[in-house]
Amino acid sequence: MTFQFTEDNLARVNKARSKYPTSLAAVMETLWIAQEQNGYISDEVMDQVAEILQIDKVDVLGVVTFYTMYFQKKMGKYHIQVCTNVSCMLRGAYDIWDEVKAELGLENMGVSADGKFSLEEVECMGACGYAPMIAVNEDFHENLTKEKVLEILDSLK
Amino acid sequence: MEEIRIVLPNITDFHKLEVYEQNGGYKAAKKAFEMSPDDVIDIVKKSGLRGRGGAAFSAGLKWSFMPKGNDKPKYLAINGDESEPGSFKDRQIFEDNPHQLIEGILIACYAIGAKTAYIYIRGEYHKWIKLVQKAVDEAYEAGYAGEKMKEKFGTDFFCDIHVHKGAGAYICGEESALMNSLEGHRGYPRIKPPFPAQRGLWGNPTTINNVETITNVPKIIEKGWEWFSSIGAQKHPGTILFGLSGHINKPGVYELPSGILLTELLEKYGGGVPGGKKIKCVIPGGSSMPPLRGDQLEGIRMDADSLREAGSAIGTAGVMVMDEDTNLLKVLLRITKFYHHESCGQCTPCREGTGWMEKSLKRLAEGNGTSKDLDMLESVANNIEGNTICALGDAAAWPVKFMIQRFRNELEEYLKPEVVIPVKNKVHSMRQTVNPLSDFVR
Repeated sequence: MTFQFTEDNLARVNKARSKYPTSLAAVMETLWIAQEQNGYISDEVMDQVAEILQIDKVDVLGVVTFYTMYFQKKMGKYHIQVCTNVSCMLRGAYDIWDEVKAELGLENMGVSADGKFSLEEVECMGACGYAPMIAVNEDFHENLTKEKVLEILDSLK
Repeated sequence: MEEIRIVLPNITDFHKLEVYEQNGGYKAAKKAFEMSPDDVIDIVKKSGLRGRGGAAFSAGLKWSFMPKGNDKPKYLAINGDESEPGSFKDRQIFEDNPHQLIEGILIACYAIGAKTAYIYIRGEYHKWIKLVQKAVDEAYEAGYAGEKMKEKFGTDFFCDIHVHKGAGAYICGEESALMNSLEGHRGYPRIKPPFPAQRGLWGNPTTINNVETITNVPKIIEKGWEWFSSIGAQKHPGTILFGLSGHINKPGVYELPSGILLTELLEKYGGGVPGGKKIKCVIPGGSSMPPLRGDQLEGIRMDADSLREAGSAIGTAGVMVMDEDTNLLKVLLRITKFYHHESCGQCTPCREGTGWMEKSLKRLAEGNGTSKDLDMLESVANNIEGNTICALGDAAAWPVKFMIQRFRNELEEYLKPEVVIPVKNKVHSMRQTVNPLSDFVR
């Protein structure tokens, strides 16, 4: 299965390319656009990114494997990220982590069978003053309790 | 202490361009463009503005390191990677005051002679990246960025501003790793020297400043260095965005003059500890800074020099509070787990040492440790510190080293007098390899 950027996204890639003096520098933004379109970074996506930017595939692979936010497998429609770093932990993040794990029946980096949910234990998200927090895809939910977390998960089901 | 707002003014809708303009926005940039770049650098130098990203280095001095002349393009990179646990101040600026950040960037670019600026923002901040991008687009539209600046300000100078989205790597907050990341590489820190002002982005002179540092600049130009240098602590003037988190009644970001008493910050602004409990431990500057004992907080002031005297550091001013019931062994394990996860893997002491410390602390937290293990951990930490390319090694070593030094009694509560370790773990020697060493020798 080959991967092709849509026309709109191709324009975005070209815009990203114009921000930097080298095309390699646009690799991160191009990967973001690709992930948005494809859901994750597959081998075919890396081929296409390397071809479009005219860089070596190994450079693309190096970036994909270094940064944790590029997914290398298909994640759920709702990617639930629970922060358990110190500030959140002090305010009960591990209780929330256990609750979410039990509710979704998933382990860290697990994806539900219907592809609706995936779960990740993440490092500090920069919401320390509003702890504990979870993020659903791009949205932060802060100042949580177990009940509020269950409400959020229910609303997604 | 009276409240002074420089970075986060208390004005509704200040993030909107028209509101920002109504309150004197972009006038400081105009004023700066009428001076010579050297004069701008001089004012910032005299103001005493110090970096807010951790090292508290003089911003004006940093700018003055940039070479003169135009034989090479020059760059400004704004560090908004903000990944230090306990630190969440920059996102407040992105949300409430993006135009002052942009104005600061214009002034900085003018002072150092840069034509291009990149704002590097951590990937997790999807929402805030969009907000900053929107503000940048507005600035372009209104002629506060790009070539239209010539017309708007009536000068020859103009600069471009781009937003760069990170993708989840703490190490990219380190300035040389940030540059590698911007160039499209893995976020590996570079060996210094050469320093960024000599060889930075794409081998060209580059200055990297923290978001909060740059946001201070327009006000310094507008009101003068004398005004700025009279606020707060003499050697570390201005306001600081303190981020309170952990066991505190009113967590959040507070902009207060530097040099405020830590106890005042916690009691008056933070509202004290929930349940009126005692404080066991405070980390004053984000998780990598040495922790302070709760019973020794009296008289400690929150500025770089006072905190250094007190045996810690200002860092990013993310203040984490832990009450008397906190299991510090678990806290230390969690901090160490973070640094193990975020080590980029270039230097052996950090790559191996952080993993080693995490494993040992995990065993200790499970109740299989003795007091001797604390000595071992301290020695591992000492062997990481100072032996790595970047400061992540120190950041990982300090919490372990100082937690053990300052909280030994508390940690020992969770340890046993003696532990029998299973033999398979005990043996870790060349003699146990398949081919005995003697074979090679012969």
